[in-house]
Amino acid sequence: MHAVCSVRAVENALGIEVPLNAVIIRNLIEAAQYIQDHPVHFYHLHALDWVDIVSALSADPAATSELAQSISDWPKSSTNYFSAVQAKVKAFVETGQLGPFANAYWGHPAYKLPPEANLMAVAHYLEALDWQREVIRIHAVLGSKNPHLQTYLVGGMALAIDRDSPSVLNAERIALLKKLFAMGLEFVEQVYIPDLLAVASFYKEWASLGTGHGNYMTYGDFPLGVGDPSLHPELLFLPRGAILNKDLSTVHPVDQSKIAEYAAHSWYEYSRGNGTSLHPWEGETQPNYTGPQPPYEFLNTGEGDKYSWLKSPRYEDNPMEVGPLARMLMAYASPDAPSHASVKEKVDAVLAHLGVGPEALFSTLGRTAARGIETWVIAEVAMGWLDQLTANMKTGDVRVHNGESWEPSTWPAQAQGFGMTEAPRGALGHWVQIEDGRIKHYQCVVPSTWNAGPRDGNGQRGPYEAALVGTPIADPEQPLEILRTVHSFDPCMACAAHILDAEGQEIVSIKIQ
Amino acid sequence: MPTEIGGLKSALIRRGMARRDFLKFCAAMTAVLALPSRYVPRVAAALEGAARPPLLWLEYQDCAGNTESVLRASKPTVAELVLDVLSLDYHETVMAAAGHQAEKSLMDTVEAYKGQYLVVVEGSIPTKDGGIYCTVGGRTALDLVQEIGGNAAAIIAAGTCAAYGGIPAAAPNPTGAVGVKDLVNGVPVINLPGCPMNVQNLTAVVVHYRTVGAWPATDQRGRPMFAYGSRIHDDCERRAHFDAGQFVEDWGDHGHRKGWCLYKMGCKGPETFHNCPIVRWNDGTSWPIGAGHGCVGCSEPNFWDTMSPFYERLPNVPGFGVEATADKVGLGIVAGVTGVFALHGVASAIRAKAQPVNRSKVEVEEE
Repeated sequence: MHAVCSVRAVENALGIEVPLNAVIIRNLIEAAQYIQDHPVHFYHLHALDWVDIVSALSADPAATSELAQSISDWPKSSTNYFSAVQAKVKAFVETGQLGPFANAYWGHPAYKLPPEANLMAVAHYLEALDWQREVIRIHAVLGSKNPHLQTYLVGGMALAIDRDSPSVLNAERIALLKKLFAMGLEFVEQVYIPDLLAVASFYKEWASLGTGHGNYMTYGDFPLGVGDPSLHPELLFLPRGAILNKDLSTVHPVDQSKIAEYAAHSWYEYSRGNGTSLHPWEGETQPNYTGPQPPYEFLNTGEGDKYSWLKSPRYEDNPMEVGPLARMLMAYASPDAPSHASVKEKVDAVLAHLGVGPEALFSTLGRTAARGIETWVIAEVAMGWLDQLTANMKTGDVRVHNGESWEPSTWPAQAQGFGMTEAPRGALGHWVQIEDGRIKHYQCVVPSTWNAGPRDGNGQRGPYEAALVGTPIADPEQPLEILRTVHSFDPCMACAAHILDAEGQEIVSIKIQ
Repeated sequence: MPTEIGGLKSALIRRGMARRDFLKFCAAMTAVLALPSRYVPRVAAALEGAARPPLLWLEYQDCAGNTESVLRASKPTVAELVLDVLSLDYHETVMAAAGHQAEKSLMDTVEAYKGQYLVVVEGSIPTKDGGIYCTVGGRTALDLVQEIGGNAAAIIAAGTCAAYGGIPAAAPNPTGAVGVKDLVNGVPVINLPGCPMNVQNLTAVVVHYRTVGAWPATDQRGRPMFAYGSRIHDDCERRAHFDAGQFVEDWGDHGHRKGWCLYKMGCKGPETFHNCPIVRWNDGTSWPIGAGHGCVGCSEPNFWDTMSPFYERLPNVPGFGVEATADKVGLGIVAGVTGVFALHGVASAIRAKAQPVNRSKVEVEEE
């Protein structure tokens, strides 16, 4: 995602138009990222907040089979199949080495699923592990390898197209892509969505918890034609916009010049003072650690204290939630968006199934449901994009790169630009300034800083913190409920998780006092 | 907690893997390790009696790319790895426990299996300002990697960041980031660089350890020879095009569409040692050069500083036969086309004549 964002930033700075084939290939790569990443989040990073593995051991496999067949046509649903899964889990537990499942909150009173639903979910946890490995081969075909794809270029893609050449994207590879995308859609429709609905129906109280500010922002993504997507939001399948205070009747336009970052509670020093906020083109990243010296038990989070390595991005001084929920709300509330009909149909179907109204979306459960709905929308539409690429190949359109500004010697002495994308976790932007053929200044504002950043210069909480306010905790020593809301945002494991753990702990202690 | 829970073979069979599939797995591992096929029974015999060692996976200045890589494991799959092959007692991204309970899992294993557990480190370790740029549970990565790594049976540095500092260590290295080997003494450290590492090499290292009872032979940079003993340029499927002087000159041009050599587009294959061309990625589906983009040398130390600009060609890479450089190879082609044989080496002229004539255009060297 950073790859496409960075090349878009440079293309924006230099006014480079990317050929249609490269636009489609980028969309297909991004679609595959959603199709693989969202289910991995649901099954492997979030499900165990709702699913009790230990309870699955006491499930009746015949009743599990009945449950599975009542919600989906997925073929792996026999009594024998669930018996075998249960036997495997039992044998594993009996080794006494629980590995990654040790010391979790099994048996916690907040787990509500019956044993049969738990067993079904555990079976799909294991199936999803195999499925994701296979479906992400799309990235190897289009991007050389996953993770860390390597075919992005400023001006297009390095993936050559020739239907008759053995070495590049040819007819045989298109056939493989078709198979893999079909496999993606099939799993989403027959496993992910039915599981999501089944689990959600036992946790409806979470449709009114974990809301936060109710402000949502998207940059939008998946351009459906040629043109700079940063400048032409009308090209985007998933629309750009902002929703304030849960008001779905008005979608505000988004202007990147109104984005600025605070470092009031972040371990950085701003040259113009810590109360100020800076637009990314003026952004500064001068570390200034003022926290306790390790080893320590708690961070200082008093009035003026800094307590995070994340900055606090704001839009017109508003904290904004970004991610799948923001994107589904924006498409739902934007009748002109190309994705509107598909999103509205699916959101309404899910709400009807659960017997709740649209207000249920502004919640922990809404966030988790929106991620599934979005995967469904994208898995469906991506098949058409692949057909479009195939049709171009047939007509002999093999252009993948615009090399007009490839040589730095052709660039102006100074240029600046921004790239906007929607990573699976949310709005991702890069801002670049170029001088004499080199990067002079570069800033990334990433989804997890929008969502997980600390309080800003005006004392406003970020979306994670705001969403946690008022969360009921059954057992402060085992704050499973905190995990549910934080995980519903799909935290960026790489840069924020450690900070968030400490942050979560602190909020628990505030609630207890 | 028992340390012996039965062999890998019985574990795999318990998970429904047939004897034939088990042998196929052993054969695949033998191939990755570059051992002759007669070693397959030996690999199988060793694995049949193998224990399930605890593994602690530590993430520091990382992007979880190597964790993602492990999720792509196919021989064995990640489910088999986690449930049967190893006991993954700590891994921040995938473990169900959180907070104090997660740290308890970590310290339980460190105490109960002192000197016996394996450690994988992902990400670099910042050393500047007392290591405050990366802390987990209030302790610095610097402190943790020395205690946990220092009591391990061995450490595998997964990915270029853990091996050499990687991208966080790129100039000006604001956090003083270094790799594991710079911090831990007295414990074997196996470097599996790459951005990310190829999971097939991780699996192979573990299997090698169980089969031979020792870590695989490494080069001076701590990398296993079986995976890093050969230059990408020498194993590359496009090497014949380099030797023939057939180069991609522009993205999407005729040569690019026919899979010609990417040297002139900045490929760092001639300076990079890795088995990408052999094992490829994502179950053998593709790899960077195979998909049309040059190698960026991601498994070499300091690649971000030494291999960039990524699209600038390496100087003076020796070419085929009597040709000294690709420039001369290119000139040889021009000579062959224009018939001015005498100006250039005879060998290049002969080779140029021997090339297929179905190229739609012949690029003329500007240099």
